[in-house]
Amino acid sequence: MNSTVRDTPLRSVHERLGATMTDFAGWLMPLRYGSETAEHNAVRTSAALFDLCHMGEIAVTGPEAGAALDYAVCGWPSQLAVGRARYTMLCAPDGGVIDDLIIYRQAAERFLVVANASNTAVVLAELRSRCARAEVADETAATGLVSIQGPNGCGLLATVTDIPLAGMKYYAGAYGTVAGRPAWIARTGYTGEDGFEIFSAPEDCEPIWDALSATVSGGLPPAGLAARDTLRLEAGMPLYGNELSLDVTPYEAGLGRVVRLDKPDDFVGRDALTARAAEGPRRTLIGLLGGSRRVPRHGYAVLSESSGAPVGTVTSGAPSPTVGRPIAMAYVEKDAAGPFAVDVRGKAEPAEVTELPFYDRRK
Amino acid sequence: MSVPAELLYTQEHEWVAIAGVTATIGITDYATQQLGDVVFVSLPDVGATVTAGEPCGEVESTKSVSDLYAPVDGEVVEINEELDDDPGLINAEPYGVGWIFKVRVADGQATGTGLLSPTEYDTLIKSAG
Repeated sequence: MNSTVRDTPLRSVHERLGATMTDFAGWLMPLRYGSETAEHNAVRTSAALFDLCHMGEIAVTGPEAGAALDYAVCGWPSQLAVGRARYTMLCAPDGGVIDDLIIYRQAAERFLVVANASNTAVVLAELRSRCARAEVADETAATGLVSIQGPNGCGLLATVTDIPLAGMKYYAGAYGTVAGRPAWIARTGYTGEDGFEIFSAPEDCEPIWDALSATVSGGLPPAGLAARDTLRLEAGMPLYGNELSLDVTPYEAGLGRVVRLDKPDDFVGRDALTARAAEGPRRTLIGLLGGSRRVPRHGYAVLSESSGAPVGTVTSGAPSPTVGRPIAMAYVEKDAAGPFAVDVRGKAEPAEVTELPFYDRRK
Repeated sequence: MSVPAELLYTQEHEWVAIAGVTATIGITDYATQQLGDVVFVSLPDVGATVTAGEPCGEVESTKSVSDLYAPVDGEVVEINEELDDDPGLINAEPYGVGWIFKVRVADGQATGTGLLSPTEYDTLIKSAG
């Protein structure tokens, strides 16, 4: 098992910082450096640095790349302008979600598909089979990814890059340099804050990390996967394996907007997704605020508070540093009506339904 | 990873300081590093009877929840009320202000029975990686 765990190019940096490392989807990644709550709060209030080298990067290139991707995914990548990005999903023929993706159009004939580490191999295989008209190349091993997230991130990154950032839209990207190293710099993230993701050669990750770290006296705080998970949960963003799986379509996850049934040509899953759009989602993804300090966690049963009968399952749950209470996302039966409780290790704890996301920086 | 020499330990990563008939109990430095930030501790009531090896509370952290086990038989005589407002004391000083509860050890139980020495506990956590 250990022999197959992959190292990030920033491993020595994490060791120097005293990180607690964890095996995540086959990669040895930093879970936390000190207090994950402090790391979370740094992203919400100032900025922090993430190593995301585990993410999968797959390039789809050639004159037919856009059209090939239009068939492969449920979004409409060929409509993206160069320099723009879109969140989309790769679905099975029955509409089940194989992975959620961000696709960047880096040039007229080049798209960069970013997949979850746990799904990179299956995404690569599906894209190879679905995009016969284009070149599909796994660039994961040749790509490093460092992210700066938080309200101060733009100002800090601006001091070490050669491209203007202020005018860059959310879900846009451009080629430039960071610390003099060539990079694809994109205004994307998984935290609910403004932030940037910096794709570079693996050997350039450390100078990029060091330059960003040095933009703050005493060092920009690093943040690990534990903080990344609570940040995305507060932002109501789904995690593959929790809210997303082959058992749900984008409609169950409340993300029907990513399915472009209005695109003219066929795509994998169109018939099943068209039917699901018409019949409505089979389950509903809801947000819950815990009524006690005991935390609803992944896999716990959601109960009807009045009858005690199970009506769903928690997909993700954590104590929320920003909200100050436990928060959770859960799938419940489509006709289930609250109030709900969660079976927290044998005791029903009340849980209040709330609109997603739990945290919105614009509010 | 700190394993103070004057304490005894359990397989479940509690520490025990025995003074006379009173056992003071907390969780180890290793446990806090496994758990991450502690956000809530649910404790037995003062006066409750606890049984060695049985769960008597819960420790909630950002990523997980763990049972808190009683390392000895006896009656709970004090709980650390400070943890209600500031459970992070457990992370800050697991062997100090982050102590969790105190038990009057039951009559007839030889103190320290079934507990691990610092050397044994150190071996345990090293083998756990």
